[in-house]
Amino acid sequence: MPRPGRRIPEKSKDFSGSMKKLFKSLDRWRYLVIVALFIALVSAILSLVTPNKLSTMTDTITEGIKPQITEEKIQEILTSDKVSQEDKETVLSLIEQFKNSDKKQEELELSEENLSFLDELPNSIKKIIEPKMDLDKVKSIFFLLLTLYLVSALLSFIQSFIMTTVSNNFAKSLRSKISCKINRLPLKFFDHNETGDVLSRVTNDVDTVAQNMNNSLATLVTSITLLVGSTIMMFYTNWIMAITAIVASIVGFSFMAIILSKSQKYFIERQKQIGFMNGHIEEVYSGHNVVKSYNAVKEVTDEFDSLNNALYVCNRKSQFLSGLMGPIMGFVGNLGYVAVCIVGALLTSNNVITFGVIVAFMIYVRMFTNPLSQIAQAMTALQSTAAASERVFEFLEEAELTKETQKKKLNREEVKGKIEFKNVKFGYDENRTIIKDFSAVAKPGQKIAIVGPTGAGKTTMVNLLMKFYEINDGDILIDGVSTKDLTRENIHDLFIMVLQDTWLFEGTVRENLSFNNTVTDQTIWDACSTVGVDHFIKTLPKQLDAKIDNSDAISQGQKQLLTIARGMIKDAPFLILDEATSSVDTRTEEIVQKAMDKLTIGRTSFIIAHRLSTIRNADLILVMNEGNIIEQGTHDSLMKKNGFYAELYNSQFKK
Amino acid sequence: MIKLLKSFNIKDYLIIVVCIALMVAQVYLDLKIPDYMSKITQYVQTGSGTMNQILEQGGYMLLCSLGSLVTAVIIGYFASLLAASLSLKLRSRIFNKVESFGMEEIKKFSTSSLITRTTNDVTQIEMTVAMGLQMMIKAPIMAIWAVSKILNKSIEWSLLTAGGVVVLLTTIIILMIIVLPRFAKVQKLIDKVNGVTGENLNGIRVIHAFNAENYQEERFEKINNELTKTQLFNQRMFSILNPVMMLVNHSLTLGIYFIGAFLISSAGLMSKFTLFSDMVVFSSYGMQVIMSFLMLAMIFMMIPRAQISAKRINEVLDEDNKVKDGTFDGKTKEKGTVEFKNVSFRYPDADEDVISNISFKVGQGETIAFIGSTGSGKSTLINLVPRFYDVTEGEILVDGVNVKEYTQEALHNKIGYIPQKAVMFTGSVKDNVTYGDNGKGKPSKKKIEEAIKVAQAYDFVSKMENDLDSHIARGGTNVSGGQKQRLAIARAIARDPEIYIFDDSFSALDYKTDATLRKELKKYTKDATSLIVAQRIGTIIKADKIVVLDKGKCVGIGTHKELLKNCEVYKEIALSQLSKEELENA
Repeated sequence: MPRPGRRIPEKSKDFSGSMKKLFKSLDRWRYLVIVALFIALVSAILSLVTPNKLSTMTDTITEGIKPQITEEKIQEILTSDKVSQEDKETVLSLIEQFKNSDKKQEELELSEENLSFLDELPNSIKKIIEPKMDLDKVKSIFFLLLTLYLVSALLSFIQSFIMTTVSNNFAKSLRSKISCKINRLPLKFFDHNETGDVLSRVTNDVDTVAQNMNNSLATLVTSITLLVGSTIMMFYTNWIMAITAIVASIVGFSFMAIILSKSQKYFIERQKQIGFMNGHIEEVYSGHNVVKSYNAVKEVTDEFDSLNNALYVCNRKSQFLSGLMGPIMGFVGNLGYVAVCIVGALLTSNNVITFGVIVAFMIYVRMFTNPLSQIAQAMTALQSTAAASERVFEFLEEAELTKETQKKKLNREEVKGKIEFKNVKFGYDENRTIIKDFSAVAKPGQKIAIVGPTGAGKTTMVNLLMKFYEINDGDILIDGVSTKDLTRENIHDLFIMVLQDTWLFEGTVRENLSFNNTVTDQTIWDACSTVGVDHFIKTLPKQLDAKIDNSDAISQGQKQLLTIARGMIKDAPFLILDEATSSVDTRTEEIVQKAMDKLTIGRTSFIIAHRLSTIRNADLILVMNEGNIIEQGTHDSLMKKNGFYAELYNSQFKK
Repeated sequence: MIKLLKSFNIKDYLIIVVCIALMVAQVYLDLKIPDYMSKITQYVQTGSGTMNQILEQGGYMLLCSLGSLVTAVIIGYFASLLAASLSLKLRSRIFNKVESFGMEEIKKFSTSSLITRTTNDVTQIEMTVAMGLQMMIKAPIMAIWAVSKILNKSIEWSLLTAGGVVVLLTTIIILMIIVLPRFAKVQKLIDKVNGVTGENLNGIRVIHAFNAENYQEERFEKINNELTKTQLFNQRMFSILNPVMMLVNHSLTLGIYFIGAFLISSAGLMSKFTLFSDMVVFSSYGMQVIMSFLMLAMIFMMIPRAQISAKRINEVLDEDNKVKDGTFDGKTKEKGTVEFKNVSFRYPDADEDVISNISFKVGQGETIAFIGSTGSGKSTLINLVPRFYDVTEGEILVDGVNVKEYTQEALHNKIGYIPQKAVMFTGSVKDNVTYGDNGKGKPSKKKIEEAIKVAQAYDFVSKMENDLDSHIARGGTNVSGGQKQRLAIARAIARDPEIYIFDDSFSALDYKTDATLRKELKKYTKDATSLIVAQRIGTIIKADKIVVLDKGKCVGIGTHKELLKNCEVYKEIALSQLSKEELENA
């Protein structure tokens, strides 16, 4: 079935390079692929032999049709005792009749009009001239062919079974690799790449690679074998017929190629139009309230109509052209058939070939034409495989986080909780330093607040503390040890991080809370009751085993509380808290705030503050703007300074 | 499905009739071809025909084939015309229907579902009409005609062909029964793979922070395994299909020849020839029969899918709009007043009111604010003014006239609505600010600039590459949340409305910008009335009236000072945000 949507051949940047890489990454599956391809080859060769056998069978049957009216047989009739004298005379008179009619010997024997009398002949004569079909030969060829067909079908089943196994396992390993890769990439990568893009590599691209490998590789081998094989067999059988068949098919195919190449642009155009259309619809539907209340319905409908009309034109053309392929293929087949028949007939009448050869050629023509279109399809598919695999490999080859070896290690239990920033310089881009020469000290148990307007770069501090990004210059020391000498894993182990976006995964409450820590249920319940979420969990149908999903069953506030409990269970000496609760109503916010306060007890805490009133008692306030830390100090000292902080602080009461 | 096809007009039906006629012709020609084949075979085989005769028959055969091609092309043209224009009409009908929807209907279907219904589902129908319609008509004609041609030839051959059809169809049906449910499962598992990967991507910081990389990978691997297993099973099952089809096709020809051999050898001298040519013809008709049954099987696979799509489309088209348009043209003496009279609202099928028995009135130039915890109904309340929903009880008057009496257009012309989530459209900054129609023509450049300045958007707009003509990407991805909100506010200002509705529209702005914006706005639009929903006390502290909502009920109306004294809920909210001194200083 033609699928116009899928027909667009994506251009790969380096086709052979990608294919080589793809083959290499097949790894241990490579050998199975080779086996499968070999089986495909054998299966194709087997099917090449069959037309020849069918031809012999046809010839054997044909021989059983022609009545044996030769001089010899006539002699036999005339001399036979079993034939009555009367019958002998009939035969003689018939022969006489023929001779007078002045026809050629062959025609005399075979033309149909003249054969009607045969059935009226006496039985005794019939017996003698009746053709004997070699039924044993027919039988033996039949069983041979049946076996060949069965074996060939079985082989092709085995081949496709192997390829299916390989391609699916290969897809699986690619998916695993991508999944692992995500966690090995520096966070920087995600600044420039969208989630949707990575997702489409995991599913669409991997799927394209696997499915096409499954279908096209074997098809390609089979088709090429059939193409080459049928060409050889045709020439081996009869070269004149071979040339006829090939020329006829090629004429048909160039016709088709012209149409295909013409239609290609409509398919691409159609895909583009669908993209525009989807974009427009998405925008309008999701902004429905604005479209309505701004009376923009006419405006959007006008645009929709013009997009819709453009899509209609592309749809019609591409639909039409893709529908043409089938009929044209049929015509090409018939063209080849007629050509073979006519030339065949010519040759048969000259006794160059037998009728069986024509039968064989009818099949060879199909064996020759079908692979041609299949190869074309397979090549298109391989093109998109190459393009898809390029995207997959591109992702897999992204630079990973640097490997960490021979570093020091700090124990969670023994860390006192001092952090020192020493002349830290940092920028997301190499050329643009946003934090210029920042120094500060956080003593064990202190509360450090990070404030600033939206977009001031408050999360930058989180990124640096957690070593999500490497600093460009200067140093950050934990208990006097440079974070450069510590593994990321070690640093992460020392921090509790509670972020504003309440990230929980689809799993049970227990799985989410004990996240990667082995803890007893008691510990979980303790943390929950400290945070004040234990009542809520107890209302869930299965309590700790209740599933958390994306439905609205659990409110934002409860989610936030769960993430705080998750942090509490981890119990590390440092805390990073993004206390924004804009998505939560004010009363829930209060509960969350209380839970957060509990979390800060006894920990060196970094708090990203959105409401300035809560952090006035912080030991150190870092004021950020446009990525940089522009002021630091206590609330009182900053207010006295009457700078950016003071202005920010006062603005919340102004109107 | 049939219901959707009713949108065909007379021209379309004419095309269909022509197509059917052409198809009959095509089938006739297709089935004529084997006749010529047999003639040629006979001539060649018996050697009785002259070269000219063979050429003649071959010529006829090619003519038939060409004729069949030509009819196929014409049918293909008409079918694509029919399918494409059907999808054009359907898409447009759905789109217009959706545009007439109120928010209630949109919510009922969900935006993403409406999008797929307008695009994918229509495409599904289009494909079915383009290919299915052809096959649906052609396959039965072909099957019946071909069967009738061969039926009287030989019972043995017919049985063999029937056997082939049965084997093929059984294989397909069994495969479908086994595999189809698993297809649905595969789809779900793919969603899961996407889900887990998406989770991983979104929570990458948390995962790193908890050193939970391996934990995540194990979770992924579990689903990955399951997906691979299911898909492997499906595809392994399917790898049976092709070999079986090949085997049936080949065996059919072989079987016909084999049976033929016995029939011929036991037949009379004369009938041997007839039998032989019958045999050759039969083997090609037999193939046609099998092909047409395969086509039928394919249709039966396609139809259920199209049926589902058709149902989804019909659901949209049959949906009744709850909000009915009024007739009043909006010319009122009163300007900028909004009054709620005992208004209650509940969502359909809900047991409880979202808001109940709310009454208040706000006059021209006044500002009224709504505050309360999430789920207190404040957003719902102001969404009733532009009739995104209709009240369940009571009435809302705008400029003294019930909102239900206005044409929606006239009502909306009075209103400047800024949603919670700022909506941006692809186009320039200017396009976005001048979006829609307010019945007064597009605003002047001066007006646009003023609006942008008041909305505190001038700073970043002037820094953009092309100023007002700078491009806003799809979904506004090239501007930040705060910038989007400011542009959305500028859009409302450029509209010059009597009534502003701010649905928590300052949330992404920092305090400073928020304060300046509201100050400037007040200056610029002295006569306009504002309805503000907010979370922050700071945003509403100076409002003329504050309505405090709790679980859909009004628990206090008054100014900030009044409410601090006599409204517990308000005090609680206020204290959670600002300290005592701060509140008193304000």
